[in-house]
Amino acid sequence: MKPLLRLDHVARVYRGHRFLGQAPVVRAVDDVSLSVAPGMTLGIVGESGCGKSTTGRLALGLERPDAGSVTFDGAPMPAAGTSAWRTLRIRMQLVFQDPLGALDRRLTIANQIGEPLRIHGIGADSERRDRVERLLADVGLRGDHGDRYPHELSGGQRQRAVLARALATDPVLLVCDEPVSALDVSIQAQVINMLAELQARRGIAMLFISHDLKVVRQIGHEVAVMYLGRIVEQGDPDTIFADPVHPYTQALVSAIPVPGPRGRPRIVLRGEPPNPADRPAGCPFHPRCPVATADCAQTVPDLKPLPDGRLVACLRADVDLSSARIAA
Amino acid sequence: MTEQPLLSIRGLIVAFDGLLALRGVDLDVMPNQAFGLVGESGCGKSVTLLAALGLLPASASIQGSVRLAGQELIGAPQTELDRIRGGRVAMIFQDPSSALNPVHRVGTQVMEVLCLHRGMDKTTARAEARRLFDWVGIPDAARRLDAYPHEMSGGQNQRVMIAMALAGQPDLLIADEPTTALDATIQAQILDLLRRLQQETGMAMIVISHDLGVIADICAHVAVMYAGRIVEQTEARQLFANPSHPYTRGLLAALPEMTGPRRPLVAIGGSVPEPWAMPPGCAFAPRCVSVSPACQSAVPAFRAIAASHHVACIEA
Amino acid sequence: MARYILLRILRAMLSVVLVVTFAFVVLRLSGDPALTLMSPEAPAEVIAAFRKSWGLDQPIWRQYLDYFGAIARGDLGISMRDGRPALRMVLERVPATLALTIPAFLLKISVGVPAGILAALHRNSRLDRLLMAGAVAGFTVPSFVLGLVLVLVFAVQLGWLPSGGQEGLRSAILPILTIALGGAGVLARFTRSAMLEVLGQPYMRTAAAKGVPWRVAVWRHALPNAAIPIVTVIGFMVGTLIAGAVVVESVFSWPGVGRLLVVAVSSRDLAVVQCILLMVSLTMVASNLIVDMIYGVLDPRLRGGGGRG
Repeated sequence: MKPLLRLDHVARVYRGHRFLGQAPVVRAVDDVSLSVAPGMTLGIVGESGCGKSTTGRLALGLERPDAGSVTFDGAPMPAAGTSAWRTLRIRMQLVFQDPLGALDRRLTIANQIGEPLRIHGIGADSERRDRVERLLADVGLRGDHGDRYPHELSGGQRQRAVLARALATDPVLLVCDEPVSALDVSIQAQVINMLAELQARRGIAMLFISHDLKVVRQIGHEVAVMYLGRIVEQGDPDTIFADPVHPYTQALVSAIPVPGPRGRPRIVLRGEPPNPADRPAGCPFHPRCPVATADCAQTVPDLKPLPDGRLVACLRADVDLSSARIAA
Repeated sequence: MTEQPLLSIRGLIVAFDGLLALRGVDLDVMPNQAFGLVGESGCGKSVTLLAALGLLPASASIQGSVRLAGQELIGAPQTELDRIRGGRVAMIFQDPSSALNPVHRVGTQVMEVLCLHRGMDKTTARAEARRLFDWVGIPDAARRLDAYPHEMSGGQNQRVMIAMALAGQPDLLIADEPTTALDATIQAQILDLLRRLQQETGMAMIVISHDLGVIADICAHVAVMYAGRIVEQTEARQLFANPSHPYTRGLLAALPEMTGPRRPLVAIGGSVPEPWAMPPGCAFAPRCVSVSPACQSAVPAFRAIAASHHVACIEA
Repeated sequence: MARYILLRILRAMLSVVLVVTFAFVVLRLSGDPALTLMSPEAPAEVIAAFRKSWGLDQPIWRQYLDYFGAIARGDLGISMRDGRPALRMVLERVPATLALTIPAFLLKISVGVPAGILAALHRNSRLDRLLMAGAVAGFTVPSFVLGLVLVLVFAVQLGWLPSGGQEGLRSAILPILTIALGGAGVLARFTRSAMLEVLGQPYMRTAAAKGVPWRVAVWRHALPNAAIPIVTVIGFMVGTLIAGAVVVESVFSWPGVGRLLVVAVSSRDLAVVQCILLMVSLTMVASNLIVDMIYGVLDPRLRGGGGRG
């Protein structure tokens, strides 16, 4: 199936400005390629500084890649701010982490949900009202919630309102950046279920960015693990999380605190999460990698396919790491 | 002969501006015990321990009893509380980078505890601070003593907080969401550190978290809170194997899993009641799947359903 | 740290250039000095001769360049009214002004800051409300009203203090009080909000959890953080040391720089006005520079970039 969204070897480099002295260069995203099929969910996981949020913005065309290309539905992504780009907003929407920040304090919920319809001139006034009501029902809010202001709703309700607004224009792609991280567990479950159901009903594709592996496993058809701006492992979530190959993925999966007895010994990584302004040479993960060799400090590994269909960027991927894992 | 609890809370009620945040909490923490307090936002888990240590604003009204090894803390004079805080009971908080004073060096902040509670002079304190930094795993400890919080990462700052907490050689360490603001791999490091330190020092530890996984990882005993009350309390293993309260069951069912077949999450319908709109009887009744008419008439008593397994539910 | 200082100095110099240019342009636009100083009936040749002798017949960009060249040499022009060098005229008056503004400045700080701290520590109490009401009264009442009221009460009614002029210590008291009361009010409000913001920070709770006694926590943990915004406001006040007393000097007939400025402006005495403007802007820029340096000392986050371990 033709992918809906394609990122081809995109890179994003931020250059700081310094009047005197060396300008800091931050390579937030480095040679990332991924694609989202229509109606499917691609999850991106990683810790802070890995570049997942920047990737999300590149996917939406909010930023221009410094290398590579972004293609949406077969056509190249127009530059941000152009009218072609604005028209594309109808088909792709963004949901962030902080629903209170995403909503205007002074407008009612119904007003804000209807705003995209007004901006893009969709439907007549009476039709819009009906549409807003239907959207409220779709996300599990009542009509009277629409008359309230954001601060009068709970966190979960606000996030639903943000979702309703994102769905107003009937988009085919939803980019969600940590949409449930600020929510309590019980509300998280409600919103995740709702996202899955909306996807099944409307056929929306999703790019789901999160630091929470459990949530991505729940909702993703494919997952990409990022570290320091590069994808280190990519493939089916069940396969990857049940049996991670890349040492970083292993540590990430192992770091999840689980109720109940632990399946395998926990891997605790040494050292600090990396500073994107200070990238190591060679494999970005090698300074903290328990099985790194001298070669790893010199060569940047490319993503290579394994027999089970996943992609891994590790020089030691073809070596049987199971013994190394237990020792680590 | 039964051991005396180190911390004993009875009937703790806390109100802010007339609104109840805690509705009667009873809790016992034994010496050397790793105790977890879990619940979602607004359940009162942090308020419980902040009230116990007298760290709530003066406008909060507190009733009930909190005894530390027999000594009553509620209403104790400030000088007595100052002696106990940092010295016998230490507390670490959620966001270490903002919990540290930005204009003081981290070494100085740790040395402050050493001078206050262990009567050390500057030189001795500095050497001891260095030893503490080594103990909690801060690399290059001698130089790091002179660093400022903004020069260190979140994980390192949390280690500084832990070092600061250990400096007073406390009998009890309270960790309020110690890993929530940290990345997953750093979270693993800090949890590992806390577990190791608790075993090495033999101190009691109370971990407050909304993350059941974190609690399960390092706590042997768990109490689940909802709307200002404890609804279930037992050993951690027992809680996850055999949850009794419908809320606990709901929480566990709502957690996405990493292994096993993918199933739709069983969400708990509705949301936590606001403090000004508490339902009569059991606070969880409006959202409970096993609710019965009796649930709404009276607050369920906290009763034992097995040895060391207590539940506040008439249906359990 | 050196980069920090160098950048600040360069920016400061740019500010000075911009201010002087602005003054130059505005003054020229406000009216023809020749016509102001001479009577309108004067014959055309006399006016033209006046213009020529003051270089006013040159194209404006030429006047501008000449002006900058002169400043670089230290020559700030001759007063059109007096015929004496402008710089010397202004410098003569500076001590009189400083005799008012420096004590007022010290008074503002020693009254305003403690008042603000006290109000913050006893938030919402009667003391807090009283102090803040006083502070607001202090800075909302215009200084000339305040000055006149003080004169009315202490000079006219009670006869304790003289009503104007510069005759010894007693005559300075009322003008100093007038300047100080407004500034103390502003400082008190500012200090109060800076303190309140700091007192609500997580590290104050950490200090309490460590067993640090409250008084010590305020002194050692809160004040150093609150100092940063307070120093900013004090820095602005330093900038007004030279010409911040214009109104008060007029009310009290005090022979300082402020009075000189009023006279010079109304008579279009370009050289003197530009001279005073230049001095004021230099003082402001210098005080901002000093405040920036002090920030570097007070706030370690500003030094050296904050790299991670």
